[in-house]
Formats: sequence, structure tokens, C-alpha cells
Amino acid sequence: MKDIIHITKRPERSALSSLGLIAAALALAVVAGGVFIALMGANPFEVYATILKGAFVGSKRNPLSAIQSTVILFVPLLIVSLGLSLAFKMRFWNIGGEGQMIFGAIFATFFALNYSHLPHIVLVILMFIASIIGGGLWGLIPALFKVKWGVNETLFTLMMNYVALYTIEFLQAGPWQRTQGFASVGSFEANVRLAQVGGVHVGWILALLLTVLVAVYMSRAKQGYEIAVVGESQATARYAGMDVKKVVLRTMFISGAICGVAGMVQIAGTDYTLSTGLTGGVGFSGITVAWLAKLNPFAVAVIAALFSILEKGSKTIPVDVMSSEASRVLQGILLFVFLGAEFFRCYAIKLRLPPKKSASAAQEGEEQTDG
Amino acid sequence: MDNAVNFIFAAIFAGTPLLFGTLGEMLSEKAGCLNLGVEGMMWVGAFAGFFAAFKTGSAMLSILAAFGAAALCAAIYAFLTVTLRANQNVTGLTLTTFGIGLSLVLGNMMCQTNGGAPNLSAAFTTKIAPLNLPLLSDLPVVGKPLFSLYPLTYIAIALCIAAALFYKKTRTGLSVRAVGENPAAADAAGVNVSAVKYASVILGGGICGIGGAFMSLITANGAWMPAGIVNGFGWIAVALVIFVRWKPLLAVLGALSFGVFQSMRYYIPDSVLSIPNAFYQMLPFVLTLVVLVVTSIRKSSRTGEPGAIGVNYYREER
Repeated sequence: MKDIIHITKRPERSALSSLGLIAAALALAVVAGGVFIALMGANPFEVYATILKGAFVGSKRNPLSAIQSTVILFVPLLIVSLGLSLAFKMRFWNIGGEGQMIFGAIFATFFALNYSHLPHIVLVILMFIASIIGGGLWGLIPALFKVKWGVNETLFTLMMNYVALYTIEFLQAGPWQRTQGFASVGSFEANVRLAQVGGVHVGWILALLLTVLVAVYMSRAKQGYEIAVVGESQATARYAGMDVKKVVLRTMFISGAICGVAGMVQIAGTDYTLSTGLTGGVGFSGITVAWLAKLNPFAVAVIAALFSILEKGSKTIPVDVMSSEASRVLQGILLFVFLGAEFFRCYAIKLRLPPKKSASAAQEGEEQTDG
Repeated sequence: MDNAVNFIFAAIFAGTPLLFGTLGEMLSEKAGCLNLGVEGMMWVGAFAGFFAAFKTGSAMLSILAAFGAAALCAAIYAFLTVTLRANQNVTGLTLTTFGIGLSLVLGNMMCQTNGGAPNLSAAFTTKIAPLNLPLLSDLPVVGKPLFSLYPLTYIAIALCIAAALFYKKTRTGLSVRAVGENPAAADAAGVNVSAVKYASVILGGGICGIGGAFMSLITANGAWMPAGIVNGFGWIAVALVIFVRWKPLLAVLGALSFGVFQSMRYYIPDSVLSIPNAFYQMLPFVLTLVVLVVTSIRKSSRTGEPGAIGVNYYREER
């Protein structure tokens, strides 16, 4: 009985076949999400329409306000996902995007609080560099432990997120406290805040630039190639004469640094303060974005946009219809379906019929994806 | 003295949901499945347990609902990672997102139909209130912290003891450990690797769910307060599994000490030790980092970390 179903690696799907699988998975996710909405007693068509409208159609006074809010969610998610993609390409499980983003923000905040008298552009550049160093160092620590003692990076980076989070709480109630008895670093001065382009802080331009940069780095630069080789096989990399440790350390610094930049952009562009809520969970959702996008920077941008639309749009669902937290459920369903679909991209299910018949009666597993 | 007794009681109180979460995650990890969905499963358990308690008033049904709902979530994880070979990290994180969302959406629906946040009846609350063990609970000093605990605390401790015996003393327990350590070898020895993984993940998930229910039923004082209940305890549980080096009996002490960290700041007067609040909360994670590093450095000696943790098993790539 057990061996009737036989799973084998299948040859790589053609582009068209892959696209078909993605479309099928997307359709399945939308339908499954619709079933969930219906089970909650709401009308799926109305809810989906509300989400789309909520993400794109603004108020009468400012028709762009909805899109602007969506972009504000999109920017940090995109930047962090790009950063994480680099680490994942190396098969280094950087679950620490949250912490790296926070440390980038903390380092940048140091300048925001103490050097706000400097000319705006100088200050912003200083904060930018500080966030690179802060996030980069926070990413470098788990890498150091990994190359030195083989410490499990998934667990290590995960724990470091919370150390970073409580560091903010410490700073808010301690050295950087603005007013006695109130745990806050206070609001940044106007000079610190990022300029706006098209109603959204300039971070969005930076995010798009970074997308191109990371794409070029990964596919054109020697270092990007080294990342890919180390990710495929450390033994091969060593055989090819690469310094694996160096590649791991360098890549994790860059990965953390990019996440750190997301932190700086968030506090200087949107929050205007340093608070524990600054990440909005993008360090975690960025992991799923990067994975869904198969670490392709342009695909990362598309998926990050999709997630942002879902999140922003869901906020406009009336509370008596459904909780806006439905976005998390829909996101979860989407990911579950794609996690499952991945299997059908790489493997084929063959049915081995009882020995009387020939083995050639095997059946392609593809058809079963639709179920 | 009274203060010290209350402190220990508070630590056990805070440690109980952690103990469930830790044990649940440990079962999963023993079979090589690093399920980062603990937080989500605890949220789901928190809602399911609360909802069943609110609707039926039965403590038994409430716990069963929490276990069942979280076990179902764990089953999704098992199906995706074991059968469909999906990445464990991504699947676990997705489960957390999904579980938190589901719990909040259903909780909101419950509040909408009820016309406001529901409260559990006093009759129900007494059913799960601390149990004074006869005679023992009257002992001076140790009576209250040791023998006058919530029934769920006793259950959690009993489960840990059972788990320890299972892994140490039984043949099946050995098979499970073999799957987590070296699935190819276990497979060759005739162990059904997939079945072991499914059973471990689902059972572990259910136990995590009970931890969530403890928080919604007891920690939250019988009111549905979605925002503050589970709130990161699932992640601390993931940390605790490492902290206690995958040993169920140590988990009891580990959960107690993490409970101490959680409640310490309310009981230690500033005059004795004055450190910022944030450091108390940071402590569990810093200690876990230290344990993680120390166990890795001493990798040569047996540390308890399952060898094949986080890695899916493909028979044909054996």
C-alpha cells in the first residue's frame, strides 16, 4: 500500500508550465481565502473589493492618500526582503531582519537626537551610514558565531531580534528618555525628517534603487556569484578557492546593513521617533516575501507590493464585517498554498500500480495540484 | 517571607504556559521538525480554549478544543513540511502569521456576535482555579508554591515527566529520537519516518495550544483580551527548548526560571537590585543565546540538539 505512491524529482518545468502552476496556485489561494471569508459570514467578493479599493482609492480630499499609505508599508518590507534575500541565497537562515532593522534605526537615532543641528543632507547621510553599520554589525554577530563554532543561525538570529527589541525599551526609558516618567525618545526635529516626493518620503526611491542594485549585485558581481556558489555547496566553493568564511561574514554584514537601512528609512521617513513598533513585523514577513519571490529582487518587489496592498486594504474592512487582521489569515493561506505548490514544481508523483500491470501505467502528479 | 512565597507562585504561574509551549515545541524538534509556529498555535489554542469555555462552560471541552485546534494547525505544518517537503522555517513563520490572524479574526467575530468582549462565568473560573492538595498544601512555606497550583500546572509537569520517560525508557521513544538525529538511519532500521514526524508535530502542536488556553483562560482573568495574552510567549518557548537542551525534565526548571525572569521585576525592590525593566525582559533571550553558543562549542560532547533539526528528509536522496 505504502509504495503505490512514488515521488520522484521531475525535470525542471518550462517557463510556461511554471507560470501555469503559479496561476493555479494563485487562483487556489484566492478561492481558499474566499471560502474563509464566507465562513466568517462575510461576502468574499465584497471583502476582496473592499481590500482593493482600500489599497488604491483615497479620500475625496486626497485621492492619492490610499496609495501613499500602501507605499509607506511597501518601502520597509521591500528593503528588508531584499536584504534577507542575499542571506538566503547563501542558505544562511537570517531570521533576524527585525533585529537588524531595529539596530539600524537605533544607530541612526543616535545622530537624529544628538546632531539634529547639522545641515539636513549631512545629517541624513550620517544616519544612513550609521544604519548600515548598526544593522550590519547586528547581522555580523550571528555570522561570526556560525563560522567559528557552527552555531545554528536560525535560532541565533531569532533570539537577537528580542535583544534588539528590548534595547529600544531600555533606551526609551533610560538614556534617551525625553520626558521623565514617559518611555519615549520624543519626536524627531523637522530637520531630521526625510523629504517627501509624491506625498511619500524619499525612502521609496531608495527602495527601488536598492532593488536594482541588489539584482545587479546578485547576477553580475563576482561577490554575488560567490554567494550563490556558497549557497549551493560550501565544498564546491572551497574547492574553487573561495574563502567561504569571508563570503559568509561579508554577505551577512550586507544583509543586515540593508535591513538596517530599512529601519533608518522607517524612523526618519514615517515614525519620526524610535519605538518598539517600528518594524511592523516586516523582518518576519520579509522572510516569506523573499522565499515566495525565489530570491529574485524584482519578484521581491512585486510580492512585497502584493503584501502591502493586502495589509493596507484590509485595514479598511469595517470591523462589523471582519477584523482587519484578516490580512494575516489571507497572507497565511496564500503562503500555505505556494509552499505546497512548490512541491509540484520540483517533484512528480507516480502511482505504482500493483505488480500485475506494468510500471509504465504511471501517472503524472500534475493533475493532482488542482484538487 | 510571604513575599517570597508569592514570588515563587507568580513565577510558576508565568512559567506554566511557557512549559506547555516548550514541551510542545520540544516534541516537534525531537523528531527533527523546527516548528516556528509555536506563537501562532498558542494564539489559536488561546482562542479555541476560550471560545469553548464561553460556550459550554466545560473545562474539559475547553482544553480539548485548545488542543484540537492547535493540533490541526500543526497538521498543516506537518503536511507541508513532511509530505510536501516545504521549507520548515517559512512554513513555521507562516503558521505564526496565520494563527495570530485567525485567532484575532475569530475573536473579533465572537465579540461582534456577543455585543462586546465576553467574560467567562465565575462558575467556570472556579473549575480551573488552583487546587489545594489535601494536607500538603497546608505545609508551611512550601505549601503554597508547590501544592496549591493550577490543575493545568500539574498536568504540564506530569506531561514533562511522561515525555522524559518516553524518550529515555521506551523503544518508540528511541525511534523518535533516531528520526530527529538521523532519519536515514532510522528509516533503514525500519522506522516509519513520516509517521513519527506527523505524530510528534501534531501532538506537540496540541500541547502548545493548551499553553495558549492557559493564558486566555487564566492569565487574562477570564476576559477576552486578544492584544496582550500570548504576546511573544511562543517565541520564548522556542528559546526555552534550546535553553533546556531538549530535555523534558529540565524544561520544568527552565520554565520556572523563565517565569522568575518574567515576574522578578515586580518582586525585587529597587533598593536591592535596580536594573531597567527592559533588561529583565531581555534576560531570557540573552541567556538562550549563551546556551546556544556554549552547546555549539561543546558540540563534540552530546548536547541534546537533534542532529537533523530543521532539515527535511528525502528518502530518495538518502
